[in-house]
Amino acid sequence: MLNKISTLILPLLILIILTWGMVKKQPVYENFIDGAKDGFDVAIKIIPYLVAIIFAVTLFRASGLLEFITAPIASITANIGMPADVLPVVLTRPLSGSAALGLFSELASRLNPDSYTVKLAAIIVGSSETTFYVLSVYFGSVGITKFRYALLTGLIADAAGIIAAVAAARFFF
Amino acid sequence: MNYIFYFLIALSIIYAILTGRTEELSKGMFDSVNLAVKIAFSLIGIMAFWLGLMRVAEKSGMVKIIAKLISPITRILFKDIPADNPANTNIALSLTANALGLTNAATPIGLKVMQELQEINKDKKSASNAMCMFLGMNTAGFQIIPATVIAILAGCGAKNPADIILPTLIVTTFAFIIAIITAKIFEQFWRPQNNGGLNNAE
Repeated sequence: MLNKISTLILPLLILIILTWGMVKKQPVYENFIDGAKDGFDVAIKIIPYLVAIIFAVTLFRASGLLEFITAPIASITANIGMPADVLPVVLTRPLSGSAALGLFSELASRLNPDSYTVKLAAIIVGSSETTFYVLSVYFGSVGITKFRYALLTGLIADAAGIIAAVAAARFFF
Repeated sequence: MNYIFYFLIALSIIYAILTGRTEELSKGMFDSVNLAVKIAFSLIGIMAFWLGLMRVAEKSGMVKIIAKLISPITRILFKDIPADNPANTNIALSLTANALGLTNAATPIGLKVMQELQEINKDKKSASNAMCMFLGMNTAGFQIIPATVIAILAGCGAKNPADIILPTLIVTTFAFIIAIITAKIFEQFWRPQNNGGLNNAE
């Protein structure tokens, strides 16, 4: 039932958007192509970032260093439903979007993409933002140097999101 | 990022040499670089499709309609902003664009909101309550469809990549609400802004 809803959201959204475009007498096909070109550019533009991150992370894991570092924390987090593999994703997410995406891609291609671990990582990456990046760009653009409670608010929301992600992943998968 | 990149690689190589795992290391190296390109290519289709669809939504005025629908809510959350200020509309627009994953459209609008908020900010060096609320909502990263994540799952051969949509939506909504509540609580208790030594005394 719940999975049914998940699979319904996307088709319905597509139907509504295209129908609305037609109602408003828009060139939906041309607009679609125009936007799709952007999508192509996005995918190509992230290649250098992905190469850098996946390279670094693969070395980190293949050398055994990741295991060495995460082993002590992992035994604790594993009990609450957070496998060690997801930890790097969680720690990187607020700092860099492309790095978190790179880590997640590496995870999804190494493990079974239908596994609990990969789904949990997917929810975490999909439900949050690069808090530090957003704050520095937005505040930087108007010369604000005292963030007051903005950073704390963002981090509290991130933490709440991670806890909720574990709960959701356990419930759904 | 420079330090993270460097130390991740340097420490890994040193650790591998010390523990004698150089064979695994060199094997992993080349695989990893190819993997990166493979993933990016598997992203092309879905990213093109999604941004294509979103462009249709943008051009037909749908984004503006949704923004209008949510603006009564943003009015309550941003009570410091005068009713006739353009920031009100732009905040709603920016949140809508973000929710639809239109990052390219959302960022310029968001930066414009910051400028407008800065104009009515009494201390130009420190963040106003409205700014903290706006960025709190922004960093919570509310998104209806996590298109990139679905694309990667699909590229890696997941049976039903779309099944993360509902759980992700629930989690992102929860984090979004927590961000709003947190910002509202801090608004009451955080040390208020001073005039920052500027002359625009109230």
